[in-house]
Amino acid sequence: MRKYKEFVIEKLILLCGLASIFFVLLIFLFLLKEGISLFSTITLKRFLFGKNWYPISDPAELEILPLILGSFWVTLGAAIISIPIGVGCAIYIAEVAHPKLKEILKTGIELLAAIPSVVLGFIGMVTLVPWVKEVFNLPTGLTALSGSVMLAFMAMPTIVSIAEDALYSIPKTYKEGSLALGATHWQTIYRVLLPAASSGIVAAVMLGVGRVIGETMAVMMITGNAALLPHSILQPVRTLTATIAAEMGEAVVGSEHYFALFAIGIVLFIISFVINVTADTFLHKKK
Amino acid sequence: MIKIKVENLNLWYGDFQALKNINLAFEEKQITAIIGPSGCGKSTLLRVFNRMNDLVEGIHMTGEVTINGSNILSKRVDLVTLRKKVGMVFQRPNPFPLSIYENIAFGPKIHNHGKSREIAQIVESSLKSVLLWDDLKDKLQESALQLSLEQKQRLCIARLIAVKPDILLMDEPCSTLDPQATDRIEDLMRELKNNYSIVIVTHNMQQAARISDKTAFLLLGELMEYGETTQVFTNPKNSKTEDYITGRYG
Repeated sequence: MRKYKEFVIEKLILLCGLASIFFVLLIFLFLLKEGISLFSTITLKRFLFGKNWYPISDPAELEILPLILGSFWVTLGAAIISIPIGVGCAIYIAEVAHPKLKEILKTGIELLAAIPSVVLGFIGMVTLVPWVKEVFNLPTGLTALSGSVMLAFMAMPTIVSIAEDALYSIPKTYKEGSLALGATHWQTIYRVLLPAASSGIVAAVMLGVGRVIGETMAVMMITGNAALLPHSILQPVRTLTATIAAEMGEAVVGSEHYFALFAIGIVLFIISFVINVTADTFLHKKK
Repeated sequence: MIKIKVENLNLWYGDFQALKNINLAFEEKQITAIIGPSGCGKSTLLRVFNRMNDLVEGIHMTGEVTINGSNILSKRVDLVTLRKKVGMVFQRPNPFPLSIYENIAFGPKIHNHGKSREIAQIVESSLKSVLLWDDLKDKLQESALQLSLEQKQRLCIARLIAVKPDILLMDEPCSTLDPQATDRIEDLMRELKNNYSIVIVTHNMQQAARISDKTAFLLLGELMEYGETTQVFTNPKNSKTEDYITGRYG
């Protein structure tokens, strides 16, 4: 009887495990099926590297370079802001902060992760956007930079908590060894702990960046949504994600436009897949 | 000449008194062994000498420990200078996850010992003094983590020598090694004795008897006996020492 029970439970768990893989596979196949139809009318090269996104003109121009660059600028800006602050924060929490303060900070970081992106977007809209407009003397504050700053807030919790984990799990003997040689605390962090945790920190950064690329709501609210080729980070841009979210509702099912949005979905899927796999390899890298 | 002098040393972890009124003096260029059963405070005593206990929260000490003429328990003591002079080898070999070269170059680099050519010389001479140079000279850029346990422990000793200390503290340096490797590390210690004063904590009484000039026996935080190793092992003055070395407990 007990054996029978074990068997059932084991198989149930197996089923749960397989289901998650199965669903991912289904989603990918569906994306592929819908997206691939687009390439009967437009070449892959033109789709990826063409400069015009005019989905409802006649004939429709469905070229996504402006959207790719929009995502790229927003992500790059967010990475530049969030990586130093995030890694610095992780070092502070793991190595410097007093245990009590450490708990407070960790809770704070978790709270930051819990803020819904639409709330961040809306706070950015009423505070950051006017500020950017004024400081850089622009016609509008809805720019890639504003998006970057808000998204940096969203990447930070991921970066901090994974990097802090990586630093924390370094064997204490490394630290002792370094201090016993007369190294200062900072020398120990810089010369021993950071190299020892490097693969975990890289993984943290990749996952943070992955989160930024996939984010939709906040960027849609504060980057201005202009599907034009951006020349600087101070211009309005539109990201891949925002395009799908904004246009899927109005695209006619089965139209070229509809297929193009699915093709964008494939591009996004591939980007996040590559990022996650890279992060994973770093995370499991054996020295 | 006396290298380390301990006077009326008491140490508490919170409310627990781990060391009780210890008085000891360690000679220069000798090997002194500290023996005793687990939890007797021998590692704690060793870690007083380079203030590694400072990493433990809630620690409190009274008394005086004099090294090279200054009281190292004083608040004003510079830990970097102290630890440069008083190096430590740990129970588990703990090379950094860096290359063999970088492990040895670590000390000279953090203490700004000159240019890269001088550092290369220090790396070479340090590895030579632990007899690793011939084995490792062609793979200095490889990771130190792939070495055997014995090589790792030698590397850690070399890493220490590169900082040019004059006291070496060894906290059960052979406890993870096999008997042959232990034997070879003990040979190395006899060699190092010509240039350094060594304090070794060990579980292994035979090891203490083999390599040390003097032996201190600790029990529950108290110093039971301290004297010439031959005397402590053949003619102990304290009956508890006799019980311990004859294996009646511990």
